[in-house]
Amino acid sequence: MKFSGLVFANLFRKKLRLLLTLGSFGVALFLFGFLAVVRAGFGGGVQDVAGADRVVTLSRSGFIQLLPRAYQDRMLRIPGVKAVTFDQWFGGVYQDEKNGVTEFAIDVANQRQVFPEMKVPEDQWEAFIKDRRGAIVGVKTAQRFGWKVGDHIPIKGTIFAGTWDFNLDGIYHGRPNKDDETQFWFQWDYLQERVGADIKGQVGWYTVRIANPDDAARISKAIDAEFANSPYETHSDPESVFFANWVKQFGNIQLLILSIGGVVFFTLLLVTGNTMAIAVRERTAELAVLKAVGYSDRFVMLFVLSESLVIALIGGGLGLVFAKVITTLWNPLPGVLQIFYFSPQAMLTGLLVTLAVGAISGLLPAIGAMRLRVVDALRRV
Amino acid sequence: MAIVFNLLRWAIEAVILVSFVWLVSWLVSQVNIPVSYNLRSVRQRWASAVVAVLGIAGTVGVFVAMMSLAKGFKATLVSSGSADNALVMRAGATSEINGSVSMEQVRVIQDAPGVARSGTGPLITAEVVLVAPFPLRATGSDANLQVRGVSPKALEVRNKIKIVEGTFFRPGLNELVVGQNVAHTYAGMSVGNTVTLGNTRWLVVGVFDAGGSAFDSEVWCDAPVLQQIYHRPADSFQSVTVHLNSPEALQQFKDAVTSDPRMTVDVSREVDYYDKQSQVLALTITVLGGIVAGIMAIGAVFGALNTMYSAVAERAREIATLRALGFRGSSVVLSFMIEALLISFMGGLLGCLAVLPLNSLTTGAMNFQTFSYLTFAFKITLPLLVSGVGFALVMGVVGGLFPAIRAARQPVAAALRSL
Repeated sequence: MKFSGLVFANLFRKKLRLLLTLGSFGVALFLFGFLAVVRAGFGGGVQDVAGADRVVTLSRSGFIQLLPRAYQDRMLRIPGVKAVTFDQWFGGVYQDEKNGVTEFAIDVANQRQVFPEMKVPEDQWEAFIKDRRGAIVGVKTAQRFGWKVGDHIPIKGTIFAGTWDFNLDGIYHGRPNKDDETQFWFQWDYLQERVGADIKGQVGWYTVRIANPDDAARISKAIDAEFANSPYETHSDPESVFFANWVKQFGNIQLLILSIGGVVFFTLLLVTGNTMAIAVRERTAELAVLKAVGYSDRFVMLFVLSESLVIALIGGGLGLVFAKVITTLWNPLPGVLQIFYFSPQAMLTGLLVTLAVGAISGLLPAIGAMRLRVVDALRRV
Repeated sequence: MAIVFNLLRWAIEAVILVSFVWLVSWLVSQVNIPVSYNLRSVRQRWASAVVAVLGIAGTVGVFVAMMSLAKGFKATLVSSGSADNALVMRAGATSEINGSVSMEQVRVIQDAPGVARSGTGPLITAEVVLVAPFPLRATGSDANLQVRGVSPKALEVRNKIKIVEGTFFRPGLNELVVGQNVAHTYAGMSVGNTVTLGNTRWLVVGVFDAGGSAFDSEVWCDAPVLQQIYHRPADSFQSVTVHLNSPEALQQFKDAVTSDPRMTVDVSREVDYYDKQSQVLALTITVLGGIVAGIMAIGAVFGALNTMYSAVAERAREIATLRALGFRGSSVVLSFMIEALLISFMGGLLGCLAVLPLNSLTTGAMNFQTFSYLTFAFKITLPLLVSGVGFALVMGVVGGLFPAIRAARQPVAAALRSL
């Protein structure tokens, strides 16, 4: 520790180069942070979101095909099933086509048994179930449009024609930055009032809560077997599998951005590491002096290493903090990336990568410095 | 957003042009330090020059690759539409899949003025559009395949689409014709094969070529057959596409259709509809690609600054000698700028060359607006390459200017004394 003064003096001997090296590190780690956030936003981390004790059942012919409402009771009879709820996709927009809202017509009676992590204050929920035109929205959507409880919200249907009026009765919260807090719920019964005869009594998909998460695969199979060879066959998956398949379809875009970004990130770090190595090599003679004065090989190595670690830590740390600040304040694509959050785990990973690069780029010249023969080096002075 | 990007590009191109003109005029008007001096000094310290070149090349490569992806996606959708076709959907529907048009409305549409006719009657196709999960060839996992039930006249309405293998489907039968990209990307979608869609067996009878447009990612079949299999009412469709007498006939057709009290529909030119369908994903790619390239540009400028500053520091004596010989400070600035531009130009060129093989390479993604999986190609155009090199030169200017000024400002006597 008593040599920290010397380390810092060395750092500042070329202020401009220090600034640029810190800057490059900062930029690289800022990029890292940004990519981590984009990855999470595209659903790279859905496994954390999905409930392990839930199964999603859709029509085997694809998600736009509807299923009979009567399936709910038959599913409840399957052993291991605790609760069943259903949803229907509404696909409306608020004021303008650009303001897409994820509306679900929900099964009021069972919603909270299946999705307990979505919390609604009891009085708001009571008001909602009594109000046929009631709606409950996620806190993020409420913030996005500045809605407050008691507001009247006209939603323009894109699938179900016309303007639908809703009263905002409540706001739900999920676990922050884990659950989707952008949904808009309203009563399936209200939807039924106005839909055509051809889809009356049908629902979009079922979500089944099961008693034991280990049974998810077995119960998925049991549900599909129950409805096999009927006009409306089903396809069930554990919720995590369902989300993973959905995300896979965004596939290539996400992969491209991440792989390009990844290559860039490591190139940036290599370049930066190279600069730091050059900075050490320039001072070979000084290191020789240190050794000549009597400092041990190991001391000289640690001395060189600590310098690159300090640079990496400061530069990378600044980049990560900056990334955190920017991504908290600004989501460039609010309609596409619902979750835009730089998680502490990702920050920690970033920090470890920085330290690793700092160590590696410092290690090569440090070992060189350790092996240095004093006589050779001093001759250059 | 597009305007901002265009403005940005114009600004970049203007800066390049101005700086280029400025450079050339200086070169002509002054007795200058020969460029060969810069060439030799770049060769002298090639290692750090290579690092700077690579940094800029990477940035330009990412920039060009991402923009070409967005362009390719947009081009695929836009080329799907024809100027002389009109698309009719229920009012308020944002994409075909949300639409609904009744049989009664279809009759009004086919009798409307402006609709082209052939020997078989009006050229319209009332269609059922849905997406169905189907396994991809590459991964075996399901993707959302767009299935379109069309009228037998569909190929007359969309007259750019041609059958290239096998035949068109026969009405009333479970037969599919598939787009070229479908035949390549999905498992088992080849002529003569039987596939399962919507719990029903279908025979693939033909492959059509839609010129790389979105239709190439679709499979087509007879509309009534699809309605039956998917339990859809027989008198309801998702959209109606009409071939017009001429592109100018749109207004006439639109006025006639939308003024009819039985109709609650939107009429749009087919090109405009597909342009709209491409907006969200194209914007997503452009914004994310732009941000990544922007961050990289900052990193690359830092790299260039580092390279040029260390070049200036190493060559303090050389510069002082040049000044002592009588070259002016401005000549030194110019000389260093040329060097920086040389490095960045090489970087830009290298970046463009590196991503050039991506051109017309196809990739796929789900369109957020239609939920269907679309195959599209990178589209690298000359203007894109030019703006890539321009981007590199801007980085060169930014990264070279300050070191060049520092070089010119160095006190001659002090630098010479260290000789």
